[in-house]
Amino acid sequence: MSLKFYFKDNIEESRLIKRRIIIAASIVILLMGLLLLRLVNLQMIKHEHFITLSQNNRVKVLPIPPIRGLIYSRDDILLAENQPAFSLEIIPEQVENMDDVIKALARIVSIQDEDTRRFYKLLKEKRRHDSVPLRYNLDEIEVANFAVNNHLFPGVEVVARPYRRYPLKDITSHVIGYVGRIDDNDMAQLDNSNYLGITHIGKLGIEKTYEELLHGRVGHQQVEVNAQGRIIRVLERTAPEPGKNIYLSLDVSLQKVAVEALKDKKGAIVAVDPANGDVLALVSSPGYDPNPFVNGIDAKSYQALLESKSTPLINRAVQGKYPPGSVIKPFLGAVALAYGVRTKDETTWCPGWYALKGHEHRYRDWKRGGHGHVNLNTAIVQSCDVYYYSLANDLGINRLYDGLANFGFGEKTGIDISGESTGLVPSVEWKRRVYNQPWYQGETLIAGIGQGAVLTTPVQLAVATAAVASQGKIVSPHLAYEARDPITNQVQILEHAHSHQVAFQDPGIWKFIIEAMTDVVHGAYGTARRSGMDAKYKFAGKTGTAQVIGIDQNEAYKKEDIAEEFQDHALFIAFAPVDSPKIAVAIIVENGGSGSGAAAPIARILFDHYLLGLQPVSEVKENNT
Amino acid sequence: MEQKSLAQRLHIDIPLLFGLVLLCGMGLIILYSAGGQDIDIVIRQGVRMFLAIMLMFAVAQLTPTQMERWSLWVYLGGVILLIVVLYIGHISKGAQRWIDIGLVRFQPSEIMKLAVPMAVAWFLASSNLPVKIGRVVIACVMIMVPVVLIAKQPDLGTALLVAIAGLSILFIAGISWRLITALFILGATAAPLLWHFMHDYQKRRLLMFLDPEQDPLGSGYHIIQSQIAIGSGGIYGKGWLNGTQSHLEFLPERSTDFIFAVYSEEFGLMGAILLISIYLFVISRGLTIAVSAQQTYGKLLAAGIILTFSVYVFVNIGMAIGQLPVVGVPLPLISQGGTSIVTLMLAFGILMSINTHRRMLSE
Repeated sequence: MSLKFYFKDNIEESRLIKRRIIIAASIVILLMGLLLLRLVNLQMIKHEHFITLSQNNRVKVLPIPPIRGLIYSRDDILLAENQPAFSLEIIPEQVENMDDVIKALARIVSIQDEDTRRFYKLLKEKRRHDSVPLRYNLDEIEVANFAVNNHLFPGVEVVARPYRRYPLKDITSHVIGYVGRIDDNDMAQLDNSNYLGITHIGKLGIEKTYEELLHGRVGHQQVEVNAQGRIIRVLERTAPEPGKNIYLSLDVSLQKVAVEALKDKKGAIVAVDPANGDVLALVSSPGYDPNPFVNGIDAKSYQALLESKSTPLINRAVQGKYPPGSVIKPFLGAVALAYGVRTKDETTWCPGWYALKGHEHRYRDWKRGGHGHVNLNTAIVQSCDVYYYSLANDLGINRLYDGLANFGFGEKTGIDISGESTGLVPSVEWKRRVYNQPWYQGETLIAGIGQGAVLTTPVQLAVATAAVASQGKIVSPHLAYEARDPITNQVQILEHAHSHQVAFQDPGIWKFIIEAMTDVVHGAYGTARRSGMDAKYKFAGKTGTAQVIGIDQNEAYKKEDIAEEFQDHALFIAFAPVDSPKIAVAIIVENGGSGSGAAAPIARILFDHYLLGLQPVSEVKENNT
Repeated sequence: MEQKSLAQRLHIDIPLLFGLVLLCGMGLIILYSAGGQDIDIVIRQGVRMFLAIMLMFAVAQLTPTQMERWSLWVYLGGVILLIVVLYIGHISKGAQRWIDIGLVRFQPSEIMKLAVPMAVAWFLASSNLPVKIGRVVIACVMIMVPVVLIAKQPDLGTALLVAIAGLSILFIAGISWRLITALFILGATAAPLLWHFMHDYQKRRLLMFLDPEQDPLGSGYHIIQSQIAIGSGGIYGKGWLNGTQSHLEFLPERSTDFIFAVYSEEFGLMGAILLISIYLFVISRGLTIAVSAQQTYGKLLAAGIILTFSVYVFVNIGMAIGQLPVVGVPLPLISQGGTSIVTLMLAFGILMSINTHRRMLSE
């Protein structure tokens, strides 16, 4: 090697290497220059763009959900509350194998297939760093079990969240309704920005009608988060506005008595204050427990509720359409007097049937032998059908329609819970429109005794009864009367449509009708005289028995022979006390048989309770008309 | 100038040492921020740096002649270790790179970063320059054998750097421009073949570099977040310890491969210019050493080492700013990790040896 050294042209080599190193140095400088150019581009020219991106990275605006307003009754009983409940939630991005984790969790807390199914459904809808609930309503033991094993489950946590609870369960179910998870339908309708971070929304009843007040306003906080989405600090905060507490005119004590009175029966009770339309009780029986609906009722229970023959999910008080039967008579009586079709003393001969001129068909009275000479008072007191066939015939369908419409029949009352039916008062125009058929005279007669196409809702009947009690004042029935701010306690009176007067002005008409209805209860021949016995106050009412199926005209109606679901509906409308009415009720007992037997005694119980504070001891004995 | 300075007697090159210590110091400051203000991490890295500098001093004591003599054996030993690691190597992170000898685990490929330039320099220096075609071919084979072995591990980044270390010496040794062009063309045609042998994750990285937006949460995440960090730093930066991208953990690999992004976010364009200037200072000092070295071996090796160092800097920063694919090359002397620093300091020890032993030879 040392030999070679001498042969090498050292100077030439050095020059070559120097040249090459200069070239290499130039390339290095060039490359570094490129880096600098790019850095200038990123850090100067596009700086604003990247500053924004880095802000978006770290700053998140998080909604702060407001606390939902509570619902109270007029006597300050809590009807809907927010109770903290523990739920088991999983943050998807922190869990590697979801199936395994759920399987392992199932050994600690009870997890049904239903829970898993709902979880996977929610999982698809939520973002990777949002926690997704797997189980709701953990009990204390489950919470403790999980706490002990917490370290085995990264990304799984027990979260306490306020959940809506309805302490009175089925007693107020048809009044309060319930909140449920926001679904696609809700999403399409609501103001998204005010529902950020909100999972539940009023679905039915008061919860739905007063959603806006109960909900409040969502607050916001700007937070700094790290890459895992954990909040490092709060930069800015706008407090949420809590929802208003809603006060209902409902008298819970009366409501309970009414529910008890309809226990194991299908039916509805609506009680209103005739002076202002305050709803004192609103019962649809059977009720249901709304609590499972809050977090999504399981399919099996829901199916059972849906398929139940007693249709507990239907709100009979506002949705139920019933033929009013004889309870229509006081109203039609007033209509006939107002139109001058009948005078107070004019009588009609009742042989037990009525036939149109030139027709064979006999329209039968409920009393086979007939009532003899009947004036309007007797017709109401003893519920004479023949008198009303004739009355309706003379009135004609148009005046009958106008007259009943005056009482609010055939129209929604505007009560502040959803799903109300209009009921139906038939007219010539209606029949042509729906059936494309002419109106038959016979149909007018049937309408005259509240059968046929005439359909009313319990709330309509209560309002119409209240109108009689207050001598023609049609109130707009409502449950909520005020909203209060939970912080300032500021009261906001909830305005409802104003009441209006029935077209008939003659106070004599009302006096007469009220007298007749009083005689129904307190008169010697009144159909509801048993219910009025020994009452410490006077009340006015009218019984009704509505046919569910047609009975052949020569066939006697025998309760025992007919299956329960085809038995007559029992109806009773009443108000008390007669002198200064404080409460008007409409009672319907489906397939209850007769109004006097099944419905009127309930009114007595309600009145005794509301006016005298008596608790129902035992049912008044049944008494058939 | 018979009187030798203390530095020369200790075989220390003061300007080079100054540049290296400056870089190490900056590295520790950035690491404190990037490592989540964990002083333990900084201390551990500081200890590694200190040990590496001691190693550098030790290596500087060897003469270039000694190194030249050992070059081939170091190279052959390295190749054997590479073969060993491929077959019985410990499986780590899905890639076989490590050899575990009781106390220490080390990567033979790291040795090759020095062994390849040493061997190539030795081989080329043993005949007249400019290098002839036949010797170019042999040198290429010497380079490609370890490169292929490292690429099979698979560690594409290191393989590439080892290749560059060898090729840069070929360039300095005066390989003709015609041959350079020919090699380029060969490389261009071999690229599709290389693609064929690449692992999926390597292909993904390359694709991701070409279009990072197509998978912003997956492979493209690194590149996007790194650019956000650097871009949001602006001219003056967000200030030390104030980088949100790194402290809020949006930036991955922030104390290793992407530490430049942390630095640029906090110290801005000014900081980046300063850092690149220090690198350029070290590089220019290294090139000066190469030019003024007496032996051809020393010239070639010094140039090869310092050019490879330049490529490290360029590739790492280029990767952080999104100009190059993510290849896992640390930022020299700044990134956390011991192996890289030890190798680098050994290389600088060689540079110091080359620089401080020349006058002794001329005596």
